Amino acid sequence: MASNKKYWKSEAELNPNDSIVETLKQNEFVEPIPVDDFLGDKETLEATSTNRRDFLKYMGFSTAAASLAACEGPVIKSIPYVVAPENIVPGVANYYATTIANGFDFASILIKTREGRPIKVENNTYAKAGGGANARVQASVLSLYDSTRLQGPKAEGEDVDWETLDTKVKAAIGAARNSGKQIALLTQTYASPSTSRLIEEFKATGGNVNHVTYDAISEDAATTAFESKYGERAFADYDFEKADLIVSFGADFLADWQGGGYDSGYSKGRVPKNGKMSRHVQFEANMSLTGANADKRVPLTPMFQKIAIAKLYAALNGSSVGGELLGDAQRTLDGVLAEIRKNKSKAVVVSGIDDVNVQTVVLAINEMLGSEAFDPKAPRYTRQGNAKAVNALVADMNSGKVGVLIMDGVNPMFTLPNAAEFKAGLEKVDTSVSFSTNWNETTEVTDYAAAANHYLESWGDLQIKKGHFSLMQPTIKELFDTRQFQGALLQWMGSDKSYYDYIKETWSTFVLNGASWNKTLQDGVFDANAAKMMMQASEDADPQVMTSSTDDKETSIETVDDETLSTGISIDAAIRSLAGSSSGDGMELVLYSKVGMGDGQQASNPWLQEFPDPITRVSWDNYVTVSKKDAENMGMTNWNVANGGMNGSYAKLTVNGVSIDNVPVVVQPGQAVGSVGLALGYGKTVGMKSEMQTGVNAYPLYQGFNNVQSVSVEKSAGEHEFACVQLHKTMMGRGDIIKETSLEIFNTKDHAEWNHVPQVSLDHQEVPATSVSLWDDFDRSIGHHFNMSIDLNACTGCGACVIACHAENNVPVVGKAEVRMSRDMHWLRIDRYYSSEDSFESDNTKKVEFDGLSGDKGSLGGFGELEDPAANPQVSFQPVMCQHCNHAPCETVCPVAATSHGRQGQNQMAYNRCVGTRYCANNCPYKVRRFNWFLYNNNDEFDFHMNNDLGKMVVNPDVNVRSRGVIEKCSMCIQKTQKTILDAKRDGRLIKDGEFQTACSSACSNGAIVFGDVNDKESKIAELKDSDRMYHLLESVGTKPNVFYHVKVRNTTEA
Amino acid sequence: MKKVTYRDQISKVLGISLVVFLLSTISLFAQDEVVVEEAVAVTESPAEAGGGDAANGKSLFNQNCAACHALNRKMTGPALANVEARLAEEEGLDKEWLYTWIKNSPGMIKDGDAYAVKIYNEYNQAAMTAFPTLSNADIDDILAYTAAPPPAPAVAAAVPGEGGGSEGSSSGISNELLLGALALVFGILIFMLYSVNATLKRVMVANGIEVKEEQEKRMPIWKAFAKNQFLVLVTAIFLLLGSAYFAYGWMMQVGVDQGYAPIQPIHYSHKIHAGANKIECKYCHSSARKSKHSGIPSLNVCMNCHKSIYEYKGNPEGPSQEDLANGYTNEFYTGEIKKLYAAVGWDEENQKYTGESKPVEWVRIHNLPDFAYFNHSQHVEVGKIECQTCHGPVEEMEIMYQYSPLTMGWCINCHRETNVKVEGNEYYAKIHEELSKKYGVETLTVAQMGGLECGKCHY
Repeated sequence: MASNKKYWKSEAELNPNDSIVETLKQNEFVEPIPVDDFLGDKETLEATSTNRRDFLKYMGFSTAAASLAACEGPVIKSIPYVVAPENIVPGVANYYATTIANGFDFASILIKTREGRPIKVENNTYAKAGGGANARVQASVLSLYDSTRLQGPKAEGEDVDWETLDTKVKAAIGAARNSGKQIALLTQTYASPSTSRLIEEFKATGGNVNHVTYDAISEDAATTAFESKYGERAFADYDFEKADLIVSFGADFLADWQGGGYDSGYSKGRVPKNGKMSRHVQFEANMSLTGANADKRVPLTPMFQKIAIAKLYAALNGSSVGGELLGDAQRTLDGVLAEIRKNKSKAVVVSGIDDVNVQTVVLAINEMLGSEAFDPKAPRYTRQGNAKAVNALVADMNSGKVGVLIMDGVNPMFTLPNAAEFKAGLEKVDTSVSFSTNWNETTEVTDYAAAANHYLESWGDLQIKKGHFSLMQPTIKELFDTRQFQGALLQWMGSDKSYYDYIKETWSTFVLNGASWNKTLQDGVFDANAAKMMMQASEDADPQVMTSSTDDKETSIETVDDETLSTGISIDAAIRSLAGSSSGDGMELVLYSKVGMGDGQQASNPWLQEFPDPITRVSWDNYVTVSKKDAENMGMTNWNVANGGMNGSYAKLTVNGVSIDNVPVVVQPGQAVGSVGLALGYGKTVGMKSEMQTGVNAYPLYQGFNNVQSVSVEKSAGEHEFACVQLHKTMMGRGDIIKETSLEIFNTKDHAEWNHVPQVSLDHQEVPATSVSLWDDFDRSIGHHFNMSIDLNACTGCGACVIACHAENNVPVVGKAEVRMSRDMHWLRIDRYYSSEDSFESDNTKKVEFDGLSGDKGSLGGFGELEDPAANPQVSFQPVMCQHCNHAPCETVCPVAATSHGRQGQNQMAYNRCVGTRYCANNCPYKVRRFNWFLYNNNDEFDFHMNNDLGKMVVNPDVNVRSRGVIEKCSMCIQKTQKTILDAKRDGRLIKDGEFQTACSSACSNGAIVFGDVNDKESKIAELKDSDRMYHLLESVGTKPNVFYHVKVRNTTEA
Repeated sequence: MKKVTYRDQISKVLGISLVVFLLSTISLFAQDEVVVEEAVAVTESPAEAGGGDAANGKSLFNQNCAACHALNRKMTGPALANVEARLAEEEGLDKEWLYTWIKNSPGMIKDGDAYAVKIYNEYNQAAMTAFPTLSNADIDDILAYTAAPPPAPAVAAAVPGEGGGSEGSSSGISNELLLGALALVFGILIFMLYSVNATLKRVMVANGIEVKEEQEKRMPIWKAFAKNQFLVLVTAIFLLLGSAYFAYGWMMQVGVDQGYAPIQPIHYSHKIHAGANKIECKYCHSSARKSKHSGIPSLNVCMNCHKSIYEYKGNPEGPSQEDLANGYTNEFYTGEIKKLYAAVGWDEENQKYTGESKPVEWVRIHNLPDFAYFNHSQHVEVGKIECQTCHGPVEEMEIMYQYSPLTMGWCINCHRETNVKVEGNEYYAKIHEELSKKYGVETLTVAQMGGLECGKCHY
């Protein structure tokens, strides 16, 4: 039974003698209010010049002054439009379909605007390709209002106007054309038909134009492998919903692997339907989001992953290769092999190792299987970066061949491992321009910093996947004197067209095939499947237009590529090379990108900085993840200090002579022994507020654009203070928080067995806890009764909901120091629980079978293994927000009735009534109430976004901004439910199922969070509530929550 | 006994005299009205004198032409005073041309009539509406009206102006009179009391009754009071309760700005717009129908009408005495319209927007605290509440003020008493049926529908 398992949130909990954990379990507020600090210290008291009488005088005066000041209301001005725009009604939100394409994140989205201000990102449900809006996309609206943005073009750090810049750049381009020097464009991935066409046209205007696409985090190996096999620089698309078996070798496809956006398809396949769900086996080094969701996870260093892939291919092929895997890995691989043979076309294999051989073999395996989930015909274009071209460009710059360098959307001085070389080359470039929204490492060294538009101020288009187009439209006028790269390029080409006209022209010629432009703009997406034939035709006619920009034959770099292509990548050679792989001398470093930070573009976004990593639950930092065994060997530890904060050792990492020091260490359960992990994207300093300068820059170690590096790790002195929320708000050690079972039990046994309702004693008889209550029930059968369903199977822990909640509800950012003191304000947290592998039974069996002291079954090593559940734990994610209990413990203890229950099931919080006793937070079994320890808005102590006029523009006008001293918590987005009801009342109609949404439920593209009215018997939520998998959190407490969960089912049945 | 009756008499005298004075003031105001009526009669008469074709022409002009034409100034179309004569003189065009033009001006422009095209181009190529329904006789009437000298409003204004002046002062006198009379009554009363006392004393002396001076033996009343602890306690309690009551009352009005009537940058009179001209509230405050804000109309909404209404002549009989006393003359209102033109950037001369606008900074009157959510559309569209229910008799407000206290108690009270408008709204059909069964009532108040829950307004 599921309840036999031991769950733990932190390494420290496994140690029964850890007093801190115990204290944290018992105390709601980890730090007592420091009254003793000033009252207990007699000397300080005596030393002070303020005596009691003075104090009373001051008190009296300030009270009188405050009350006098309160008598006079301020004069508030109301300024209407002179000419009101037709589509703006003050107080009514408008939604616009647009697209984010910042080189790292690509998604079709809706933008909610109020009075012309974009305030929220929503998913565009019309979009069929690419994923939903992830946490970074959700947060990107705040980056628009970043007060550190570039507010106008600069030359050598001094403000200039665009005319000057235009003249200078045009002259430089002219000079380069005359001298025959290179005009280099170093840009992000656009995947944009119009931009490709524009750059082609720019090339056609003459001169030696070299367009190089550069991704900070490269997927060069995958695109190269795909190119050599299918002739196009792209990725195969995968639809994990169609796969019954997913085998992944280090591919973090629920996060940013190959551009990301695979999670919703994955989640759909993970919910058991008719007794079936997909099975997911993950071989990986770092504990990734994907690994955390796997049914079977094998910690394996990249070297062994390569061997495993080679073996897998060989076995499927009927041949054999060398190389050896150890114990569990080999066993799992054999199992996987059998399963693949059984599932055949229902299986899919993916890998995230930056190695052309690996990617080639993976493509070959999927091809061989005829995998249904694998789609190379309509590939994705979300990464176009070409590592060779970038290196060649840096070499060209250093040899003085480059006359003009124009950059857009890239920050090579920060992200290039050989930034110093780049800088040296830049000095030899005659004129350099960098388009950037922020002042950064690159704008610092270029001649001109061209202030660029945020994507919400820009026009654009995107072909995320072949045949799937989307449009980007501005949702606000440029806030500053900025310009987008494409517009500027048009101007430099001497065209008087606007980029908008240019896109329209491109689309009407090549994309729309007679479809309506306005309709497409309104929908935001255009599915060209119907128009596909036309597409192919136009491509044939005008090849350079629609295909990616790298296939031109002009530059020398391309020739190099062609040579590789012509030789092809031989599968046999690849297999041989993989099977023979060995790691270097040191450990293997696996560089990855965090869900919250990505490649670091949005490092100055406070929402993202405060977003706790799904796995480590650490915010405001990156760190090196080390396995427990390695950590012990190197003497590195994590420990919790008295205020609940986590501390850790520092490490020094050295790759090929490049070393970074003082990298904080997190001991990561499940990290493959012999490997360490480090997130890219942190450590930005230039142009950033001091609070935002967090973490260390890992890009210098990202050598050769390879995410696997041989590294030597050593401990360095000092200790690091983390802002880690993993021990915060524990549920007082009460059980029945996570319920999980295996697919086999789920299919064969009665639900009472795997979804056990806790029993309580009533009149000396055991009865189900749900049947007993202290309170009388209210009649909730009339009107709406809101419930929320959270499916633990569909939730991948991605955290888009957390940021969506932040944006919708004006949740303040509190900063690293406050988070460390357990004062984070997230209304919605995603708890991450580790559990020891499988069950205690298997441990028992193991113990019984001990034979002798040493050896395979020896008790010496065996007991050690048993004692070390952290080696490879199972992970469960559980989003927890206010459970809106029908019998809410918080409501009964509030002395001022500030929190009360609504008829529609919402537990309501009247901030203006709250006096801040915090009794409710103490009495809440779920620990979802947050206290405003400080005034977080208009307070320069909290220099994030709520203290400046620009940052405040993101605030949702329908929700209060809370003040100091009040409790706040999830309201179940009452402003949204009320809005839905009002709309229906005004139209005089009933509310359809699916109309009721909360910020989190609409942000969840995985379908894990469903919201609705259970009194509507036809609704999805009513159906979900009747499911056998349904359970309430801490049912035994008798709170009767309106949020319910679905038992997590793991497909551990090996075929 | 005697004394008691006597006191009664005094109060009677007082009361009667008060009634007398009140009555006299009423009659004073009644006289006012008579004067005003006379003034109306005076103003009407010169207008009647014009008579004949021009009178019909005036009404036709106001119905059909006034939206775009004025007699003496350019508007959307040219000024029309003496248009017939002017055309004949300057352009040599006869009445027939005018008939055709008025009945079908677009046709003439199409046919390329020289002057028609010229006019069309001169007025921003805004074609004049064709009036095929107007007969030649109608057009003659209109032309007669345009040919007649425009009525001189100065005469009309002057007559009530004089009357108003004298009345204004007379009403001032009546107040002073009232006060003087009151003072007189009190004087008489004091005198009467004094004389009664004197008389009684004389009678006493005459009858030889001696009043014993007992006062000194008796304890002074305040000492006796101070000694009686019970009394002290009770008084103290009452005093404390009383002061607490008043203190509470005073504190509860802190932040309640009922009656708040700030001076606005443009003197906008709801009395004229909503009252005299009966403009529907939601014509200007249109977002009240679909948004939480009622919205202050943007200036382009003002210009829908004020493009043609460039001066104030709302009251043909001239401003009332009260208005004049406040300085609300026609010129004053016209000046306010000019302020609007300046703000919106309207060039009256050329009937064009200059593009130089200056938003008007209105002072917000109804300031609900940020922690209270209020939605106009919910109340106006769904609840079908009249604007006046909360905003008071706006159509009578020369200066807009906050009519309701806007306190939570006030909100709640209304929610307790008001029935939800469920009729014809499908949304309510089911919930109404179920709830009315539950509570055993036919109609449901907002409170029964859940309208008292904290979270409905505070989130």
